[in-house]
Parts: sequence; C-alpha cells; structure tokens
Amino acid sequence: MAETIRITTPLKEEDSRKLRAGDSVLITGTIYSARDAAHKVMTEALARGEKLPIDWNNQIVYYLGPTPAKPGDPIGSCGPTTAGRMDAYTPTMLEQGIKGMIGKGSRAPEVVESMKKNGVTYFAAVGGAAALIAKSVKKYTVIAYPELGPEALAALEVEDFPAIVVIDSEGNDYYEIGQKPYRKL
Amino acid sequence: MRTINVEKITAEVAQMCKEAAYYLPQDVYEALKKGRETEESPVGQVVLDQIIRNSEIARAEDRPICQDTGMTIIFLEVGQDLHIEGGDLTEAINAGVAKGYTEGYLRKSVVAEPLFDRKNTQNNTPAIIYTKIVPGDQLKIELTCKGFGSENKGGIKMLVPADGVEGVKKAVLDIIQHASCNPCPPMVVGVGIGGTMDQAAYLSKRALMRKITERNAHPDYAALENELLGLINKTGIGPQLGGTTSALAVNIEWGPTHIAGLPVAVTICCHACRHSHRVL
Repeated sequence: MAETIRITTPLKEEDSRKLRAGDSVLITGTIYSARDAAHKVMTEALARGEKLPIDWNNQIVYYLGPTPAKPGDPIGSCGPTTAGRMDAYTPTMLEQGIKGMIGKGSRAPEVVESMKKNGVTYFAAVGGAAALIAKSVKKYTVIAYPELGPEALAALEVEDFPAIVVIDSEGNDYYEIGQKPYRKL
Repeated sequence: MRTINVEKITAEVAQMCKEAAYYLPQDVYEALKKGRETEESPVGQVVLDQIIRNSEIARAEDRPICQDTGMTIIFLEVGQDLHIEGGDLTEAINAGVAKGYTEGYLRKSVVAEPLFDRKNTQNNTPAIIYTKIVPGDQLKIELTCKGFGSENKGGIKMLVPADGVEGVKKAVLDIIQHASCNPCPPMVVGVGIGGTMDQAAYLSKRALMRKITERNAHPDYAALENELLGLINKTGIGPQLGGTTSALAVNIEWGPTHIAGLPVAVTICCHACRHSHRVL
C-alpha cells in the first residue's frame, strides 16, 4: 500500500479532489455520524425548506450507529454501516457541502455522479473492526435527534481514524480496482 | 420429571448475548488467521490484520466485536420429559435478551413494526425463536447475534429438479457476487437446500450455527461445501477491498423436499460469525 495521508477536518474541496482511490488515510478532527433515520429526518427537513442542525459545508459524515459507551469510555464499538442504504438521500446531502463520507460497501451511480460534481471523497473503514476503531474516537456528543438513540446525529472527535479512499472525486472505484486482479472465475 | 425454572433460562440467555457479542468463536478466529497467511492482496492483508486485532481487543476488553450487535436468533431444543416452571418460556427468553443487551452495553437494533412506525423497542426484543421438541430432559439453547449488513444480502432461489448441482452452484454464486463487498467479508456462508421456501431459509440460518471447521456428514454435501468455498474465493471479493479470502467457510444443511422442487437459500454472515451455546 502507498504512504498514509493525514487529513485534518474540515475537508476542503481542493484537498478532497487530490485524493485517489486506494489511498490510505488517517483522519483527525471532528466528523459527524448519521445513518438511516437521521438521513430521512434531514432530507425531509430540507424538503420543507428548514435549516439543518449543523452546517455540513466541508464536513465529513460517518455512517454509524454505535453501541452504548461503557462507563468511563467516550463511545462504544463504532464501525461503519453499509453506505448504500443512504444512497437515496446522498445527492441531496452532498448539495449541502459535505466533502467526505465514511462507510462501507458500494454506492449507486447517481451518488458517484454527485460526488464528481461536488468534489466529494468516499472513504471505507473496515467493516466489523468496531472495537479497534473506537480507540481513535476521543469524544462523542449528540448534536440533534436524541430520540433516534444510536441513530442520533452526533459529533465525534477523532484522532488518526484509519480509512481507505474507495471512490474518489473522479469516480475511480477501489472495490472494482481491488477485486479485478483476484477474479478468477 | 426434571424441572428448570424460567429464571435460570433468563440468566443464561442474558449471559449468552454478552458472550456472543464479545467473544469471536475460536474456529472463526483461527480461520481468519489462516486467511491472513494465504491472502494474496496486500490491501486484503491490512484489512485482515485489522479484523483479527479487533476480535482480540473485543475479547480482552469485553467489548462488542461489531457495533451491530444484531437481531437475536435462538434455536431451542426442548426435551419432551423436561418441565419448565415459573412462567412463560418465550417471555423468559426475551427477558434474558433485554437484560443481556442492557447490561452488556450492546446496541438495541430492533423495531417493533417494520414498515410504518419503525419504533425501536429499546431492549432488542423480541428475539426470533425456533423450537424443536426432542427426546430427553435437557434444554439446549443456541444463540446468535445476526447483523443486518450481511442479512440484507441473503437470498433464495426456487430451482427445479432439472437445475441439479450446477443450478445450485450458480444460485449460490449469483447471490454471493451480488452481495460482493457489502456483507463485511470474509463471509461465512450458510446454505439451505430442500424443504419448502421457508424451510430452506431456516436451514440456511441453522447452517451458520455449526462450527466452520466441521463439514456436512453427507460426503456429497461436504464435497459441495468445499467446492463452493473454492469458487467463492475466486470471485475477487476478498476481505472487503479485493483479494482471495472472500469466505471462511460454506456450511450446507439439507432436508427432504417435494418431487417438483429444489429450493436453495443463502444466509450470509459477516466475519463476526457470533454464537453461544448452552445445555441446561
């Protein structure tokens, strides 16, 4: 693997556009977790012309619903959830200025088109490495929708959060690139 | 007649939920280590290192392996000479699930109704319970925490007898290739062959409760398990970002079926193939 790239949030469009599929990154700063229910609530609010609880411009969204924190811990286990379930909401959310998404699994063509247009990078964290990933989270604060429980919109302070660029802002897809040499059927 | 109080069952189920969520079974752990040794993709090796390290942290620190601590599925074998006293068995099991998920800091991921309200039940109940009445006076409990990243990628094909072995292989491979990188591979693949549509699905789930180092007792099905594993590991899916370790095992369970049918169901499990067992 190539050298690891360090990213500090917020992520500017020009920096996002420099990342390439297959790059290994360590992310430091604030990222925001939201998954199915929070995406539904946010896109419905936008449709009504309402403002969202946070300004998403140049931010990174993490598709996550953590386990409850044990006493004394900032967060419980917190690996990525399947990003594809958010595809229906993603183009709308990317128009809000999001520059990075962290999840796992493939994305729909309309998401990739919106990523190219808006200069957005899609990162994968290792699915199921939830106890390991928790070591890079220093603070977890619910920002909005606490009634959604693990699906609430929350801010995560992260330090050297490990991820890999899977789809870059030119639409190169590392799931495809990474599988091809080993496809022998 | 032997008796068991439901309180004992509640306490055991609570403990089993925590055990399953924190401690990856040894056979799965060893299969991951073996996969790491043979994995050809350098990125795949990095992913496997993280997955192995993760399971070690979870075990050492009593933490959930994955944040999706799943929907709880329980397979019960109730001895026909056993008397269960002190309350309702189903309620006792669900009380155990609620206790285990609350005390164990596991995520509550169950909604009471699937389509309109989708309101979280806040304690991960109800569990899905399959009960079989068997000879004897013991109570056997097998529990799994089934994550939905992988559950969403399962499938079923109602084949016809003429489709034969080749048809079964194609059906399984189609489902796996469609699932691709999404169900957190390396996967454990449960296959149910025969029965009715619902029975095949049940068998595919049941198959995941067997040790992944154990092959089907029927030599033809054992050979098919090995052949399918070889084929799946040639898809290129690998450990999420491409490679040669797409699956750790294929477990097949089969059952009698109708003269006109050949149902095939596939339940995919992620690398966190979590389960716990008790005989009371």
